[in-house]
Amino acid sequence: MRQNWWKILGVALLLYTLIAGLLMDVPRLPILNETIRALHFHVTMWFGMILLLIVSVYYSVKFLRTNDLNYDDLAVEFANIAIVFGVLGIATGMLWAQFAWGDYWSGDPKQNAAAIGILMYFAYLILRNSLIDNHQRARIGAIYNIFAFAAFIPLIFVLPRLTDSLHPGNGGNPGFNAYDLDSKLRMVFYPAIIGWTLFGAWIATLRVRSRRINREMEDHFLNS
Amino acid sequence: MLKQISVLIRKELTLEWRQKFALNGILLYVVSAVFITYLSFGARSGALSIPTWNSLYWIIILFSAVNAVAKSFVQEHQGRQLYYYMIASPEAIILSKIIYNTGLTLILALLGYGVFSMILGNPVQDHGLFLLNLILGAMGFSASLTMVSGIASKAGNNATLMAILSFPVIIPILLMAIRISKNALDGLDWSVSGDKLLSLLAINAIVGATAYILFPYLWRS
Repeated sequence: MRQNWWKILGVALLLYTLIAGLLMDVPRLPILNETIRALHFHVTMWFGMILLLIVSVYYSVKFLRTNDLNYDDLAVEFANIAIVFGVLGIATGMLWAQFAWGDYWSGDPKQNAAAIGILMYFAYLILRNSLIDNHQRARIGAIYNIFAFAAFIPLIFVLPRLTDSLHPGNGGNPGFNAYDLDSKLRMVFYPAIIGWTLFGAWIATLRVRSRRINREMEDHFLNS
Repeated sequence: MLKQISVLIRKELTLEWRQKFALNGILLYVVSAVFITYLSFGARSGALSIPTWNSLYWIIILFSAVNAVAKSFVQEHQGRQLYYYMIASPEAIILSKIIYNTGLTLILALLGYGVFSMILGNPVQDHGLFLLNLILGAMGFSASLTMVSGIASKAGNNATLMAILSFPVIIPILLMAIRISKNALDGLDWSVSGDKLLSLLAINAIVGATAYILFPYLWRS
């Protein structure tokens, strides 16, 4: 129970997000209207993805320092879940953009940056699968993971600021920036970020455990 | 450290000079790539619009740079790499390779620029800014591509891997360079491009520093 409190917290927060995010009153803004509820399900995907990627990079650094494969398990599984969040973020974003901007893909800088980020992490998975030896795979995967993250951060934070984005809050569009982010929205938005991230972390730890069991079984099989 | 770097750079130059076919090959690659675009557009000189000229130029430079830098860790075989491992620090090796590849990419970019201006016309209005941007772009390209080619060489070094690993990493540098180059083509005032030049420099610094820190781990494996 002491180790599981955060899983319960995560599920409770997600239930709260689902109920409050879909049923609560939202401020009426031009163009956005009810689609502002995407804030709790789309924007939170990106926050969750970045947080999970930070965890993944942290474990990659730890792996390079210690050469302990257990850290590599954590790094790759957190990256996997982050990729799932990223794909979901793109999908929900495209769906939302179809209604708010009238097109699934409008060449918005944030949209493009997100797509490039996804390409980067797909490349990471392909790189890992092209290596056979466990230790080498872990080491080179960790190196590329850190390198890609270092290139991804300027991409997602600097580039969109250079040109006007269609996203709410940019370039004079109405949006959820500091003035518009209603305190009622905030009451769901922040818990939603925490909830999704905890949920992602839970899936990651489950997959880490199955990965470790598989490796144990392989070793056992090889030694017997 | 500085001495090591200069010796290693001289080694790269000698190697390149002895295997002239590799250098000549990549130079010919640039020229034929430009010529192919020229023919496929069916263009007479000056018929391309400025944004098209700009993006074509940078895409050709990108592909030539990927091809040129991809070989930086494979042209010498395993035994010799082990020898370098024993006599030089990994930091000196990555820095020397980055500096050498910057020069190589710059030569490619200048050659491409020459051929472009000859057959597709030269719409550049601010040559100083254009050249400065080329130098910064070459630095960024070479820093990220050198590191990626090191990674790809550990993974069997196939060309697909080199491309998919490097393209997303290089996009921020490429986009900044294209944007500054557009300003240079239009002859806009330097103050317009100032913050973009700074961000390009900052991205270069981030990529270079990460490569510098990570390379020792790659080299050891």
